[in-house]
Amino acid sequence: MSPKKIVLRFGPDISEEPIIYRLVKDYDLLINIVKANVNPQKEGTMVLDLTGDQIEGGMNYLREKGVQVQALSQEIVRNEDRCTMCGVCTAICPTGALFMERPAMEVYFDGDKCVVCQLCLKICPVRAMEVRL
Amino acid sequence: MPLLERRGICVNLRTGFRALVEGTGIMLRSYSEINQKIKSGKAVVMSADEFISLVEENGLSAAAKKVDVVTTGTFAPMCSSGAFLSFGHSAPRMRMQKAWLNGVSAYAGIAAVDAYIGATELPEDDPLNSNYPGEFRYGGGHVIEDLVARKTVSLKATSYGTDCYPRKSIETVITIDQINEATLFNPRNAYQNYNCAVNLSDRTIYTYMGMLKPRLGNAHYSTSGQLSPLLKDPHFKTIGIGTRIFLGGGTGYVAWHGTQHFPSIQEPEGKCLGPAGGTLAVIGDLKQMSPRWLKGVSFTGYGASLAVGIGIPIPLLSEEIAHYAAATDRDLYAPVVDYSDAYPGRKPGCLTHVSYADLKSGKITVQGKEIPTAPLSGYPKAREIALILKERISNGDFLLTEPVQLLPSPADGRAGNVLNG
Ligand code: SF4
Ligand code: SF4
Repeated sequence: MSPKKIVLRFGPDISEEPIIYRLVKDYDLLINIVKANVNPQKEGTMVLDLTGDQIEGGMNYLREKGVQVQALSQEIVRNEDRCTMCGVCTAICPTGALFMERPAMEVYFDGDKCVVCQLCLKICPVRAMEVRL
Repeated sequence: MPLLERRGICVNLRTGFRALVEGTGIMLRSYSEINQKIKSGKAVVMSADEFISLVEENGLSAAAKKVDVVTTGTFAPMCSSGAFLSFGHSAPRMRMQKAWLNGVSAYAGIAAVDAYIGATELPEDDPLNSNYPGEFRYGGGHVIEDLVARKTVSLKATSYGTDCYPRKSIETVITIDQINEATLFNPRNAYQNYNCAVNLSDRTIYTYMGMLKPRLGNAHYSTSGQLSPLLKDPHFKTIGIGTRIFLGGGTGYVAWHGTQHFPSIQEPEGKCLGPAGGTLAVIGDLKQMSPRWLKGVSFTGYGASLAVGIGIPIPLLSEEIAHYAAATDRDLYAPVVDYSDAYPGRKPGCLTHVSYADLKSGKITVQGKEIPTAPLSGYPKAREIALILKERISNGDFLLTEPVQLLPSPADGRAGNVLNG
């Protein structure tokens, strides 16, 4: 059975709950944490690879806990032709996937750090950040 | 830079030139001498950041003697932009009363087939902020970008019909090359300095300065600092009506002072923090501009606009002018303003001032809290503009023009009126 990639987004209130433990224990899922950005008392994001028979059940449990769950069939790309290197996305990207190199002030995008939170999509004034399915 | 020269800049910024540093008022070269050198390929041209390094190495006098022209640049969202379009007459003729380009209304109350498409205009069926924060994916700025990218744009117009202009409606498509005239005319661009926007409230706010997170979560600023054209000529000694500039990738001109042109020198508690408040009205043939340097922008929760690339050459006519052109990010300051209450409420004053050097470091401290900063105005692109302009001048493709009239300066004491109501 092939693993399923999902993105979780949760508010500061849930970041201390042992949700991963529950997924393993109660839903018998094999979990590979692809990316995680969790800080106490802050909003967090996580990308997981799930394998098992009870994936749907596990995802429903997460939703009941108030976690936003989305299948990760998407990836974020930067349209280099549109990007003006303004830099306004760099103070908003939660993982530092969009970052600025000083003193040249050039903006770089590191797709490996991106957790597909999609914040940059509506922040970028020229809409250079795009979702690729 | 030696201390005395630094102080020289500040005194000059505040009160206009005083010969504090000996010899600064002496004329170094004239416009026609510079143009002669440009034509013979001998002009020494530097971008503002290159000139700063030269001054730091060799001192102001030597640098001012060596360099003829300093180029500046900025590429940022600039509201108060738009284009006059003259579509040409259909057969039979029509006096367009209302017109839409790709669904965005253009003001047609100018003449039979002339219209002005404004950068912040939105489609009539746009959901706006009804689903807050609205996306504002397309507006007048995007129409201008599509035109200049030579894309096909739909034109719809309606009218009531007259004896000489009988036609009552038209639905067609145009491209920039098919219409008679397309003139970019931006009534207020190139803001000399701008607020650094923060949010003191407890909720995220969506502004023309971007998304501002609650409780001083981030700070956004919007000039290219030491590369920014009007920060390098605080007293408008060289930039005036008729100044030839880089505009949207092509050539344009300063047409007038911009709307809300209230130049001044910031001096809280007697400390000189550089200029603020000047603006330019600029004009140029849209047909020779490029979508690389004119880009439609969308501010979530606020609206649409146009990012405009502008570059202005500063002729080093005197050492005094060179002083100003050598101002660095450490000498130039932006006021930090709260956009949750003070700005919308039009309350005067600011939280503090921060230097562009601090803003560009990525963090500033406001009310004891360290907050991340981000620009809306791209420094690498501003630099690219300054370098393109330098190249054009060095190649002899771009001659300087002496202004036919200078613009109001801080000494003129212009100030804004409050709208009653
Ligand atoms: S979607 Fe955008 S804002 Fe979110 S992590 Fe990826 S790059 Fe950063
Ligand atoms: S906000 Fe958009 S244009 Fe600006 S640097 Fe980020 S991706 Fe590029």
